[in-house]
Amino acid sequence: MSTNWQNYNSAPAYDELISEHGVPRLESKNLVQYLATMDQQELAARQAAAEVAIKEMGITFTVYNQEEGGTIDRSWPFDIIPRIIAKSEWERVEAGLKQRVHALNLFIDDLYHASHIVKDGVFPAEILADSVNFRPQCIGISPPLGIWAHICGSDLIRDADGTFYVLEDNLRVPSGVSYMLENRLVTKRVFPELFEDYAPLPVDDYPSQLFDTLAALSPHKSEHPVVVVLTPGIYNSAYFEHSYLAQQMGCELVEGRDLVVGEDDVVYMRTVRGLQRVDVIYRRIDDMFMDPEAFRPDSLLGVKGLMRSWKAGKVALANAPGAGVADDKVVYAFVPQIIKYYLDQDPIIPNVPTFRCLYQDERDHVLANLDKLVVKPANESGGYGMLMGPYSTKAERERFAEQIQQNPRNYIGQPTLQLSTVPTLVQGLIEPRHVDLRPFILSGDRRQVTTGGLTRVALRKGSLVVNSSQGGGSKDTWIVDVSSKT
Amino acid sequence: MLSRVAENIYWMARHIERAENTARLIKVNTFLLLDLPKRIAPGWVPLLIITGAEELFHKRYKDTGERQVTKFLIADSDNPGAILPSLLAARENCRTIRDIVPREVWELINELYLQSRDNLNQGLTKNGRHSYLNRVITSSQTLAGLLAGTMNHDVDYHFMCIGRSLERADMTSRIIDVRSADMLPDQTGESKAYDNIQWMGILKSLTAYQMYRRSMQVRIHRNPVLRFLFQSQEFPRSVLHCIQEVENRVKQIGTDRATLQVLEHIKINLLDVDIKNLDHASLHTYVDNLQLDLIRLHNFLAQAYFLPVEE
Repeated sequence: MSTNWQNYNSAPAYDELISEHGVPRLESKNLVQYLATMDQQELAARQAAAEVAIKEMGITFTVYNQEEGGTIDRSWPFDIIPRIIAKSEWERVEAGLKQRVHALNLFIDDLYHASHIVKDGVFPAEILADSVNFRPQCIGISPPLGIWAHICGSDLIRDADGTFYVLEDNLRVPSGVSYMLENRLVTKRVFPELFEDYAPLPVDDYPSQLFDTLAALSPHKSEHPVVVVLTPGIYNSAYFEHSYLAQQMGCELVEGRDLVVGEDDVVYMRTVRGLQRVDVIYRRIDDMFMDPEAFRPDSLLGVKGLMRSWKAGKVALANAPGAGVADDKVVYAFVPQIIKYYLDQDPIIPNVPTFRCLYQDERDHVLANLDKLVVKPANESGGYGMLMGPYSTKAERERFAEQIQQNPRNYIGQPTLQLSTVPTLVQGLIEPRHVDLRPFILSGDRRQVTTGGLTRVALRKGSLVVNSSQGGGSKDTWIVDVSSKT
Repeated sequence: MLSRVAENIYWMARHIERAENTARLIKVNTFLLLDLPKRIAPGWVPLLIITGAEELFHKRYKDTGERQVTKFLIADSDNPGAILPSLLAARENCRTIRDIVPREVWELINELYLQSRDNLNQGLTKNGRHSYLNRVITSSQTLAGLLAGTMNHDVDYHFMCIGRSLERADMTSRIIDVRSADMLPDQTGESKAYDNIQWMGILKSLTAYQMYRRSMQVRIHRNPVLRFLFQSQEFPRSVLHCIQEVENRVKQIGTDRATLQVLEHIKINLLDVDIKNLDHASLHTYVDNLQLDLIRLHNFLAQAYFLPVEE
């Protein structure tokens, strides 16, 4: 039995491929028609082929496994039906992301220097004072090009009317880009015939753009700056990505113990032929673990003296230490003002309306509406420590109310948005499932945005949780130029 | 090439080789015991001595029976020479260098470990043991072929070969040491009659029997067997062959003087020794010194090429 789109109903959510009454959107017409020609068996066979490809290509993510007393690699969960976004629409999103990251970098640089934004009363000093991601060690430092967040992953969602919102910005060590790249390869293997009708814009120039961004940071002019990827090691959930990006960029993948900072404050890697100078480090280790000399002294993952070397301008770090100060759910609530302050522009992509418990009136609103709102602590990621109001129990709400009263600065409340949906294969049948989108923005001598990004999908019916550690999957994301199509 | 990567690939090869050697030892001992009368059969203790794990074993088990010793040598996670822990260690080593070795290498090691773990119960039974051990041996050999045939023969590959050959030289010398000691105390009567079978056992535990026949063309006797196992230029598990392999690889990596000197020293000692003048006691001392040299060799390699040990 093949899909009858008449019966496909995502209401009240906005569906990315199908408008009301089973009519495909302009850019997805060919895909939808094509899918309608396939019966349940054929679809299942394609899904199975994708899973085989993923296993063969070794696309995995790591989860901790209690039973084995260690970590295991799981195959990356992937849904074969791509998500399509029209190029015209994407261009606006792209401009909005560049604007946002531009302002955020100015904001971070300001915070570690004169703090004009605080002095001008636009950004409250007490938030900065409480921020767990503000690094006093970074005050007064001017990284190359004035850029702190070279790689940013922003999470976008679409509400019921199809408007894009920014849900959060990840400015520390955002991951997922390798899966965006691999998803496209898998789709090419599974649906080669679709590419006859479509020419989704390519995504695979990311590794070279990343390399160029990193190489441009090199502290000294040399034709071949030595760039390395610094990983916490195989037990990190994103180790696959670290290894993948190093391979794709042709760089060494190093651990903390591979590096040493010399008396000359230069960073070296230990090779079988002796010490070799390192110019740029794409570090995938959290600030606090990066350098036991400057941060947590018990860190075994870091490199002693790394901060010293960075401060002396002998090595470039991406992202810069301290960039995470803008990666905070309370700071997030101020981004529209931040954009206005530094760029004198209105945000192109809006924030999700956010109530800041720091302020009495907004806090009262949150406390009065705990059953309707999503409440998030300032500095958790991966969907941990959140209260999903509509799905919460009374006891949970009471616990959160108490936590908010105790530490109001640490909490924000947001309305539960209707995440958009995309047709997704569920046991051979096509059903709507909620998605988000994480594009990656590179900032160096210029700003570049990935073509699309990583679409994550909540595979459980009705679920809004898209994290792969909590049962989420992913989809290929196509940016399609409808106007130029013949 | 990063020092950590060199170290990992070196240890990956050592661990795989160790698992293979342990599998060979258990297999041959099983057959040897079937051939010898109970009165003179050496039992399972020699395997503990060969693998240097006697003390550890006695802390954990009372009885040195077949069941306990084979379990200890196949599965005991406290025994670093046991098969399963060695395979696990090799797998962990390989995981950190997945971007360096051909993908099939990782897949094979991963599969070998998972299979060996999942079929452990079979490996611990008398009749399932043989095929269990054979899979370990065959997979290790497949791996060697895969690496030789699909990996760049670059510095990474040299370190892999060094690890494998060093581990192999170590095991060959241990087997000679322990097994030849078994046979000497009582050289009269019944046990002498079985000498031949025991020397054959030694050869077989190194898969050296057939090659010995082809190469030496003499009957199986102590001195030519020892000569073959120490000094053969042709047999890939002889100590000399392994050391020469290490030397060739080391020379392709660099010119670390201390390493090359100790290699030269080992080689001279191997070539100069007159086997027939070695009685039981001096053979034991000779092997002891060889083992110490191998440890020095490892230490020099580590000093020259691997990550410094954490203070």
